[in-house]
Amino acid sequence: MIEFKMPNLGADMEDGTLVEWRMKPGDTVKRGDIIADVETQKGLIEIEVFDEGVIEKFMIKEGDKVPVGTVLALIQPIEDKRSELKKDPVSKPVDVKVHPIEEDLKGKPSDETTTPERVKISPLARKIAETNKIDLSRIKGTGQDGAITRQDVESAIERVKKTTDQPELPEEQRDKEKTPQGETIRSAIAAAMSKSNREIPHYYLSKKINMQHALDWMGAINKERPPQKRLLLAALLIKAIAHSLQKVPELNATWENGLRLKSYINIGFVIALRGGGILIPAIQRADEKSVDEIMEALNDIIPRAKAMKLRSSELSESTITVTSLGEGGADEVFGMIYPPQVAIIGFGSIVEQPFAENGMMGIRPVISATLAGDHRATDGLSGSLFLTALSKCLQKPEEL
Amino acid sequence: MGNTVKFTYREALKQGIREALINDDTVFLMGEDVGRYGGAFAVSKGLFKEFGEERIMDVPLSESGFVGAGIGAALAGMKPIVEVMTVNFSMLAMDQIVNNAATLNHMSGGQLNVPVVIRMGCGIGRQLAAQHSHSWEPLYAHIPGLIVLSAGTHEDAKGMLLSALLNPDPVIIFEYTYMLNMEREIPADSGKVDINKAKIVREGQDISIITYGLGVYKCIEAANKLAEEGIDVEVIDLRVLRPLDEDTFLNSVRKTHRALIVEDAWRSVSISSEVSARIMEKAFFELDAPVERLCGIEVPIPYPLHLEEACVPSVVDIMNTTKKMTGL
Repeated sequence: MIEFKMPNLGADMEDGTLVEWRMKPGDTVKRGDIIADVETQKGLIEIEVFDEGVIEKFMIKEGDKVPVGTVLALIQPIEDKRSELKKDPVSKPVDVKVHPIEEDLKGKPSDETTTPERVKISPLARKIAETNKIDLSRIKGTGQDGAITRQDVESAIERVKKTTDQPELPEEQRDKEKTPQGETIRSAIAAAMSKSNREIPHYYLSKKINMQHALDWMGAINKERPPQKRLLLAALLIKAIAHSLQKVPELNATWENGLRLKSYINIGFVIALRGGGILIPAIQRADEKSVDEIMEALNDIIPRAKAMKLRSSELSESTITVTSLGEGGADEVFGMIYPPQVAIIGFGSIVEQPFAENGMMGIRPVISATLAGDHRATDGLSGSLFLTALSKCLQKPEEL
Repeated sequence: MGNTVKFTYREALKQGIREALINDDTVFLMGEDVGRYGGAFAVSKGLFKEFGEERIMDVPLSESGFVGAGIGAALAGMKPIVEVMTVNFSMLAMDQIVNNAATLNHMSGGQLNVPVVIRMGCGIGRQLAAQHSHSWEPLYAHIPGLIVLSAGTHEDAKGMLLSALLNPDPVIIFEYTYMLNMEREIPADSGKVDINKAKIVREGQDISIITYGLGVYKCIEAANKLAEEGIDVEVIDLRVLRPLDEDTFLNSVRKTHRALIVEDAWRSVSISSEVSARIMEKAFFELDAPVERLCGIEVPIPYPLHLEEACVPSVVDIMNTTKKMTGL
């Protein structure tokens, strides 16, 4: 039996509220299917399944807030279906409380505050409630220490009977409950950035890169294309980063009691939200994607990010982050590393500058690329090698 | 109800012994001061005169010796009633009881039976202090090969002995010193009793109080008072501490969904521990509240009256815990 757990959707996540199950027990799922919506401090996120199988049972109800690692559902693997009879008794649905990986994030002993309270209910009352499909979270216990007793469940059954023809909650109200609030995003950013500043000794490097060739190349391509198919500079920059990281793999890593290199390159791309705050969805396996494919991914992800409709894996799996200020903004940006990553790359706006090349002065569009690195994980040399490699591949965009 | 007679617990015990002696020539009573003196608690007073020294036998002050002799007599075909003045002294006879009486049927491949009945005074008396006041039913209930009975009512004080003598295996009967002067009405024709089953001594719907020995009358009293407050208590007298009749108390818990276990014995590794465990094992999903226990405080029973009383569950304790558990 596969235990489908509350995923860790980022270093700052301690718990999540299951807002809605998108499937029901008995449904067959495959890798990548959306199984539920979870509200985290980052917003409402679609949670994906990573296994194939049949949903056996949901372990938590809609509306439950549980810590990262809590078993949400049990999934019967497809190939196991036939050997169902010899179920391992040890792997029964137990209330395993896995502690959040980052539980010291806010510098507090998070155990008491994040572990959801187990429902106190007598075995008999639980049995009756299960038979009658009564939602225990709506029952107030009157037994010892507030435990739910048989009588409490029986009167709940009475109430349900009386109100069966009324809908449980008006639709608008449910929608309202789903809408994440700006403050929660703000406090998530605050927590992650405080941790970054507190724990990560940053070093900073910058390099001015001539963007003439890149812009020319892009202009030539875009001229041939309808507006919807045109490339943005961001796609090219992401591709160039992915390419350069292959030469300096130690920057594509996390620091969790030691440097852990990642075998895949997922580039987190900072997106500013209209209402304030940022989200960092990942362009997955950017090294394996072409520039066009990256552009497609951006076209898909940016509107969804702004609508806060991202999938769990898109938010949680980036291995490095890039922040780009876009046109007309500040010249340079030195980022704060998003823990547990070990580097962040920043791009200022492209500015025309006097630029010496091959012994000649000229006006060139120049971008300032910066790198903030975790000095526990890597040294300035790595960062320098990376920026140089980045500059080099942006001179030959056609080879990317 | 037919004819009843009013007896003290002491008189009920004596009637049982007397009837057994009359019924069967192979029955005899042996113990410290049971004959000429009439028994340390006057239970056998008058029997020496009636039955003579061969059947009411005074023995030397050696528990190991005379309990062993009783076991020997049982092996030889007699039906001895061995009185050990208090359970506290029976520790000296532990080897005879545990290693001989309880095992010989097994060791002989079923060829030998030990139909001995050992009566022991048990529990607090009235200020008899630590070495005469303990409740050691759990020690004996632990041992396979013994049948362990607890006479918590006058009917059982009389009848358990009669039934025990018909059993081919060693039987321990706990009698309660504290109750000797207590008077109760019992049916005039009461005699042998079932020594396999626990007994519902008061029926109720709200909670099962499971008890034995000195707890029985205390729980019935508490139940009667609680009835005035609208709490309907079922009281179960376990009676047979080994082998436990779990069906009776499990069925009761399945009806009331709450269980309180009351005993004077120390809490740890006690009869209540065992009963509680079996409820968890076999009736967990019937429970509407955690099983609770009221047991003896785990100290040697003190001499001063108020401390002695404080060491065992009282009627008020039982009422309070029941109210808490039923939330009524």
